Parts: sequence; C-alpha cells; structure tokens
Amino acid sequence: MTSRLAQRIEAAKAEGRAALIAYLPVGYPDVEGSIEAMVAAVEAGADVIEIGVPYSDPGMDGPVIQEAVEVAVRAGVGLRDVFRAVEAVAAAGAVPVVMTYWNPVERYGVERFADDLAAAGGAGLITPDLIPDEAGEWIAAAERADLDRVFLVAPSSTDARLRSTTAASRGFVYVASTMGVTGARDTVSDAARILVARTREARPGIPLCVGLGVSNGAQAAELAAFADGVIVGSAYVRELLEGRGADGVRALTADLAAGVRRAGVPA
Amino acid sequence: MTTTSPPQPGDLSLPARPGWPDATGHFGIFGGRFVPEALIAALDELTEAYEAMRVDPAFLEEFARLQRDYTGRPSPVTEVPKFAAHAGGARILLKREDLNHTGSHKINNVLGQALLTKRIGKTRVIAETGAGQHGVATATAAALMGLSCTVYMGEADTRRQALNVARMRLLGAEVIPVTTGSRTLKDAINEAFRDWVTNVETTNYVFGTVAGPHPFPAMVRDFQRVIGDEARAQVLEREGRLPDAVLACVGGGSNAIGIFTAFVGDEGVRLVGLEAGGDGVGTGRHAATITGGTPGVLHGARSFLLQDENGQTIESHSISAGLDYPGVGPEHSYLHQIGRAEYRPVTDAEAMEAFALLCRTEGIIPAIESAHALAGALVLGRELGASGAGGRGGEPPLLLVNLSGRGDKDVETASAWFGLGEDAAPTDEDDRAVEEGRGADPGPGLDTHQQPTEGAVSNDQAVAGQDAGETA
Ligand SMILES: Cc1ncc(COP(=O)(O)O)c(C=O)c1O
Repeated sequence: MTSRLAQRIEAAKAEGRAALIAYLPVGYPDVEGSIEAMVAAVEAGADVIEIGVPYSDPGMDGPVIQEAVEVAVRAGVGLRDVFRAVEAVAAAGAVPVVMTYWNPVERYGVERFADDLAAAGGAGLITPDLIPDEAGEWIAAAERADLDRVFLVAPSSTDARLRSTTAASRGFVYVASTMGVTGARDTVSDAARILVARTREARPGIPLCVGLGVSNGAQAAELAAFADGVIVGSAYVRELLEGRGADGVRALTADLAAGVRRAGVPA
Repeated sequence: MTTTSPPQPGDLSLPARPGWPDATGHFGIFGGRFVPEALIAALDELTEAYEAMRVDPAFLEEFARLQRDYTGRPSPVTEVPKFAAHAGGARILLKREDLNHTGSHKINNVLGQALLTKRIGKTRVIAETGAGQHGVATATAAALMGLSCTVYMGEADTRRQALNVARMRLLGAEVIPVTTGSRTLKDAINEAFRDWVTNVETTNYVFGTVAGPHPFPAMVRDFQRVIGDEARAQVLEREGRLPDAVLACVGGGSNAIGIFTAFVGDEGVRLVGLEAGGDGVGTGRHAATITGGTPGVLHGARSFLLQDENGQTIESHSISAGLDYPGVGPEHSYLHQIGRAEYRPVTDAEAMEAFALLCRTEGIIPAIESAHALAGALVLGRELGASGAGGRGGEPPLLLVNLSGRGDKDVETASAWFGLGEDAAPTDEDDRAVEEGRGADPGPGLDTHQQPTEGAVSNDQAVAGQDAGETA
C-alpha cells in the first residue's frame, strides 16, 4: 500500500536532490526503438520513466510530441505495446508510470487496464485530461490494484481545486508550470515556483514534480531548488525526432541528472 | 421524459428547459469535462457568468434585439409541395435558418457567446470551423462587437470551403489552416483548445456546436433552441397541430438540438437526426457517429465517437465539411440512449440528390449539410406513406425539416459532383463564341435528365435569350 513513485522520489530527496522523470512515447520511431530509448534514459540516471500512450488527439501536446505520436498512432501502437515498455523499464530499474489521455483506457476497460498495468509492473497513471471530478471509476480501480494516480494542477487552479486535486492524488502531483501545451521553453517561469508553494500548502507532504518546458540541465537545476521532481518530455522526443536515438537520450539524461544534483540556484 | 412537462392541449407557450444536464454537465453517462486542469478555471468562469447572464433581463433584451434586427429573426417556415411530391405523400415544412444573416443557424449561438465574451471582459475570441459557417458567424460577431478573432480550420476544409475563408478574412478574422491529423474539423478543434489553454487570460473559445466540455453543450443548446421555439409556435399557428416528425442534420448537433429541444416533451413528435453516411456506413468511410460509433471520450466530453480498438479516433468522411466530424454532442447520445430521438445515416449520393431536387423544384439552394436532412425527409415520408401511417386524423404526415443553411459555399463542390464544373467554366472556345455573338455554352445544367413539363419548351428547343429578338 505504499506508493513506489513516492518512495523513489523520497529516496532522491534523501540524497539531497530532485528526482528526474523522463517522458517518452511508445512507438517512436517504432516500439523497439522507443523501448531502447527508455532503457537508455534509465541507465543514464532517470529515476522514473513517464511512458506515453500514443493518442490521435493529444490536445495538451505541442508540435514536437504530436509529430512523434502521430507516427505511433498510424502504426497501430496500442496498450499491449505500452505494457511491454512498462516491463522493460521496470526490469532496467526505474519506476514506470504511464501517461495517457483518457479514451484509450476507457476503450480498453478501466478495470482490465488497472489489472494489466499492475501485472506489468507499472506504478500508476498520469492523466492529463482526466480530472478527479470525472475519475471515480479509475480511482476505485487504482485503489483495488494498488496503483498511483497522478493528477495535474495548473497556475489557474483555485485553492479549492488544489486541495481537492491533491487529495485525490497518490504518488506525486504533476505541477504544470505554465499555461499552455508541452514544448521546450527558454525560461522556466516564475509561475512554477508560486504554484509549487501554493500546492504544498494545499497538501503538505505529497511529492510535487514540475513539468512543461524543461529542456536542459540548467533549467532542471533551477527547478530542483524548490520541486521534488523535474519532468522532461519534448526535449527527449526531439532527440529522437532529430535522429540522435539512444545516444542522444543518454547525453540529455546525463545533463539533466547533473542538473537535478546541483544545489539549485533560485532564479 | 419525466423531467420535462409536456405542454397542455391548447397551450401555445414554450415548453420547459429539459431536466438535463445535471449541475456538472452530465446527460446520463454522457457529457462532463474531460479537459486539462488548466482549462477548468475558464470553464467554471464561463459557467458562472453564463448562468448569471441567462436570466439577466438586460442580456435577454439585447440578445432579442440582435436576433431581430441583425440576424433577421424570426426565420420563416416555408412549405415545399413540389419537393414533397417525392416524399410519398407527406407534406414538408422547412424552417428557414438559411435566411439568417451569414447564411446559417450558427449566428444564433455566436451572438450569445460574443455577448458573454464581453461580459467576462475578454477581448479575443477563437473558434474552430468545418464548413466555415461557424467561422464566418464568429468573425461577423467579432467585427460587430469589436473583438479580435482567430479561426482554426482544417486545411482540407479551407480548400473545399474557399468562399467562407475569403468571407472570414474580409470580416477581419485571422484564418489558420490546420495541417495536423486529418486536416478537418476534429483537428481544428484540437488546435483551438491548444490556443485556448495558452491564451486563456485574454481569450474566450466560442465553440460552434453542442459538443465539448460543460458548459458548451447546454449553453449552445440554449442559444440555438430559438429555432424550435419559433418553429413549434409557427407550425401550431398555421396548422393548428404539431408536426409528426422533426428532422435535422447532425454534425456536432447544434442545429438539431436547436430544433429538437422545443419538441422533446411532445411525445407524439418523432425526432430524427440525419448523420453523414459518406460512401455508406458499411464502407467505413462515413461520419455517422451514433449509427456507426461507440461511446468514448473526445474533445472534452463522453459521447458516441468513431474509434478503433485502441481508442484512437477514426477519421470521418463526408462530402459535407460541416458534418465531417467523428464525434457528436453528448445530448444526442443521451436522446439516442433513452430512445427519444432516432439517428439515421444519409449517404453523400442521397444528400446530393435531395440537394438538386430542392434547387430544381423550389428555387432554394440548401447547404449540403442541410441536404442530409432533406434526404432523410424524403425517405421518412415514403416510409410513412408505404406503411399507411399517415399523420394525425388521417391527414398526410407533416414533416418539419431544419434547413440549417444556404448552399452558396457549396456551389463548387456541387458543380464538381454534378459534372457542371468543366462545362460551366469559361474556355477559349467560349471567348470566341462570345465575340461571335453566340454567347458562351452554359453547360448542361442540372435538368438534363429531367422530364420536361408537359407542353413546355425544353431547353434545347428554346430560343436563346440573345437571339430572341430575331425570331420573334
Ligand atoms: C449549414 C450547416 N448545417 C449544419 C452544420 C453542422 O453543425 P451542427 O450539427 O452543429 O448543426 C453546419 C456546420 O458547419 C452547417 O454549416
């Protein structure tokens, strides 16, 4: 009944650093290539892999992730491939958490999904378009299968919503640092620091991981000063889109892993 | 049906608002909010502001004034007997939303949402559009109310509805062609949501149909229900009775909900939604979401949708850009589930046949979207005629069809479909013909296969206008 995500993030904290969470979608450039990239990220120092389920209408993603995911969707990549990736990441020694838009889970069957994810060794689910208000069936299934459920908070969330959303979360809370879609940004906004502080007040104790826009070690270091984990997505996908493959993923991970270990310099 | 009070006999007042959705936007299992948390505050703000505006006498007065003086409401009801001669003995009445300013029902919704935008103090509106009618309506309202306006339109649709792209640009809107996915309406909606989540502080999303997250399905219904409220009273006044069936095309479903809502409590009135059957539902190339889809989540709500076994949205196909959408508003899924409305597919070919028939018999060029409803009326009329199930009291069945828009935007598509394009386009040959004073060949027109009216002169026997003086 303890969260493996929370445990891993706490372990990083005990080392005096933030956790590094790497997002990669299953199926780009193909299923094998994506699993190789995930394993490379684990070997180079990622603590958690956020395993993306390809979806035809990724409303929260910017052009970089859209481009990769469209290839996977066209190739017919589905949840069976996702569970293979989960097994591979677990075997490589990181904690696998699945990130998915809601419809693929609803289509697969919520109960069946929870069972199969747990059986594959997955820790839980990040749901960018499922808010706790609509998540009754998922929360019940996750409870039964002992899975984490990671919901998002945003700069526009009211204090009341920060309380209800964090109360429904287990594992960590995904702090979406800016208003917008995924994609690398030059500056990590001040909004992230403010939102982390507000969320911490809403529910002290639950790990808070910041994502949206982080692309390099310097930004990771900046966030590591106040967040429990740093989530990097588009920058990883760009490595693959630009053909640098597992080597590119390893190099990026090394930079980010050094970043989360630097005593962050508040901007 | 327990939540609406059916009107009492002789009571011509408007029926009540349906008892759905619930406070969180659910129509039974359908509807709700499946959106990123970042949008929840904006949706809450919209809901709250809308609930206050809805009952504000100042708003109601301004909205009524705009509908009357700007849109031209009430739109008339027109009986089309020569068209109905092909409908198995049924009588057909058209609710003329094609006569609204901007040419479709979309303006009804947009004026309401533009007023709401001003009320919440935002200065920019965004919209998605398929056929371009919602985009034109939004650009129009933005021009009227001094808002800046960006419209997302699938690149495929910018080509087949080029006239409307030009209209939007003339009205001062920015039109952004969307090149992701199927390059049609579904992808335009994705892009609009991405814009909204990024610019939500200044920007309101003027959603074009009764789909999307709460409060859009309920709010757009409220703005569109004027269609049915008017039509119900108009039919009662001229016929002294209600229609036997009300028919409308269903893309996202706003014109259909608009005309259905007033009749939902009238148990004897059949509600029939016509979906785009494309090449035929059996071919897989269609947009008949309820007929050929399954429940799931798309664009912020749970409803029927076209999806594969992995839960990926399947690209839809229809000759009609406004119906070419793999989802449908949640209230339609609910009306289908409880059996209050029925949904039927109409193929491209059937729709175009009805399109041509209305042009030729009644002098009305309908939008291709609306032609789906016309085709549905022909079929339903013949079914009722064949089964002997007439209208009430032995009268002929009375069908009310929502003519949701006019067909100017579709002239190119229709010309290509009927093979008029090449013949009708001016050629070098025509230039010479004009110089020689013979006039250009206008091509065969739609009536080459029609029987000439008895005693009338057929086109090829008739004297061309420019020669008339010589022989008379
Ligand atoms: C004339 C017309 N009718 C119908 C539709 C379909 O939309 P809805 O189903 O929301 O009425 C459109 C959409 O563009 C339209 O332009």
